Amino acid sequence: MPFLFDESSSPSFRSRNQNCLLLHLFCCSRPMKILVAVKRVVDYAVKIRVKPDKTGVETQNVKMSMNPFCEIALEEALRIKEAGFAKEVIAVSIGPSQCVDTLRTGLAMGADRGIHVETNSIFLPLTIAKILKSLADVENPGLIFLGKQAIDDDCNQTGQMVAALLGWPQATFASKVVLDKDKNVATVDREVDGGLETLNVDLPAVITTDLRLNQPRYASLPNIMKAKSKPIKKMTVQDLKVDIKSDIEILEVTEPPKRKSGVMVSSVDELIDKLKNEAHVV
Amino acid sequence: MQRFFSARSILGYAVKTRRRSFSSRSSSLLFDDTQLQFKESVSKFAQDNIAPHAERIDKTNSFPKDVNLWKLMGEFNLHGITAPEEYGGLGLGYLYHCIAMEEISRASGSVALSYGAHSNLCINQLVRNGTAAQKEKYLPKLISGEHVGALAMSEPNAGSDVVGMKCKAEKVDGGYILNGNKMWCTNGPSAETLVVYAKTDTKAGSKGITAFIIEKGMTGFSTAQKLDKLGMRGSDTCELVFENCFVPEENILDKEGKGVYVLMSGLDLERLVLAAGPLGIMQACLDNVLPYIRQREQFGRPVGEFQFIQGKVADMYTALQSSRSYVYSVARDCDNGKVDPKDCAGTILCAAERATQVALQAIQCLGGNGYINEYATGRLLRDAKLYEIGAGTSEIRRIVIGRELFKEE
Repeated sequence: MPFLFDESSSPSFRSRNQNCLLLHLFCCSRPMKILVAVKRVVDYAVKIRVKPDKTGVETQNVKMSMNPFCEIALEEALRIKEAGFAKEVIAVSIGPSQCVDTLRTGLAMGADRGIHVETNSIFLPLTIAKILKSLADVENPGLIFLGKQAIDDDCNQTGQMVAALLGWPQATFASKVVLDKDKNVATVDREVDGGLETLNVDLPAVITTDLRLNQPRYASLPNIMKAKSKPIKKMTVQDLKVDIKSDIEILEVTEPPKRKSGVMVSSVDELIDKLKNEAHVV
Repeated sequence: MQRFFSARSILGYAVKTRRRSFSSRSSSLLFDDTQLQFKESVSKFAQDNIAPHAERIDKTNSFPKDVNLWKLMGEFNLHGITAPEEYGGLGLGYLYHCIAMEEISRASGSVALSYGAHSNLCINQLVRNGTAAQKEKYLPKLISGEHVGALAMSEPNAGSDVVGMKCKAEKVDGGYILNGNKMWCTNGPSAETLVVYAKTDTKAGSKGITAFIIEKGMTGFSTAQKLDKLGMRGSDTCELVFENCFVPEENILDKEGKGVYVLMSGLDLERLVLAAGPLGIMQACLDNVLPYIRQREQFGRPVGEFQFIQGKVADMYTALQSSRSYVYSVARDCDNGKVDPKDCAGTILCAAERATQVALQAIQCLGGNGYINEYATGRLLRDAKLYEIGAGTSEIRRIVIGRELFKEE
């Protein structure tokens, strides 16, 4: 049981813990739901081009797919459900109308229903995290799975922010997840710079998935046909009462400078001179 | 229960050279979201599990020994696309079957031809004409991929003139005795279940044909040597030999003397589904040519910058897209119950002839390299040519269409 009442803590902290306790009991007594956030991104195999006006990357007439790390997140959620630890896997995607395609892929993989928060704005991780928090308040999942990062912005922030906003424990860069149903704990191996770290996190928790966690299944043909009848609920940011004002403004997007070919140096002195005065690394 | 096919490492994807080109973006007017998902899924499956074997299948003239492609396709629910769900099928229509056929053909022409013979010529004929008992007996194993199916109508002396077949079925107590030969039977060497047409009444012309279900191992039924073909190598084809082969009464498909209706109506749908084969080959040609012309340089520039090459590629693309539109529109009509023999013949007539030309141009775009067997283009041409011949030659298809147009008011 988590430490619930600390006399020195602020009222807001205490009430958050009370919510945690309620959720904790809630999750112990009922089979849980898993919420999986899936992002629609430019397909990993596409050659990226920057728009001429430098406001972003070209996405018109470009192949889009589910973020590969989100696929891994969804796969893990499906496996947990198939092992009997969860009763429902809900896929959620935030973005334009075409996100429905991404959700349909998720449904075809085996998710039970989808939620589409429709918007044409580009939202940065904090806004996404706020939206996911609102959804978690409504759906009360026992686990929230996200990919560790999206391959278009490589932010690696959303999962961590969702956990902080909810006051839930987080285990990021998961390469192995084992659930203990009785203790309501997830044991997660994390891939960190120093190697592998193993954490026990009390549920409900946020887990972000790394490459080696699993290999996502193909959407089987029968499941693709069945997915047609699975529901996708449409919502707006207004429905969820989320403040979408962002403190970050994207000024410009440019391609990295073209890689120059290597230069043969004639002596160590010349090498040091170049490292110091051209590359500015020493 | 998890179902995993070959390993899909994302790292592997990033490192491996691109095999798939994105010129496969067919018009979204052709397909709705579910059909696009279906196509994407079969495409992934075929590229991961079939395409890696394509070259070796062609070189060795046989399916791979280390992996059972029939079972793999069966596990992916590919065989029974048009079969009822109670037998393990998907209960879908010809549109979906064509989508699957195109994507498998894109990975390997030989595998697609064998797949088409198994899933359409055999399985679909049983679905359309079989009794409940026959479907119960034969469909489950065919749909799972445990058994391979085939169909035999042509004979050494009866190709285009298929109604002139000489294979005889003499009525005896409890069944029939079959005597004769069948030629160019796809999957013949490995099939456990075969639909075979024979003459129960040699004097009644077309009305004397009856369709039978033959099982491998029936006494008097044997297969002769595997044929050594120009293309579609690996899609085993052979001659069937019937020497006093007893076939029980219950193995008649539909009714005695009604075989020609089974045959002709089956041919319409066979032509439609097989028409997706050349579509896949044309797509494979583009998959091979586009990366090549982007990277091959002559006169200091990629050859894809030159007008002649761009012209060829444009012609290849439009040939593919227009054939695709025809095939899938007709598939939609057939799913809605409007089967027009003219259009069914038209789709394969059109797609097959274009595919041969596209494959020739693909070789030309690769220049000297196109003539080297290390590149796929030679195989694509040899595979494409079959579609102008099998399922009724182009000449027969023209007669079917022209004759009908002449007769119509």
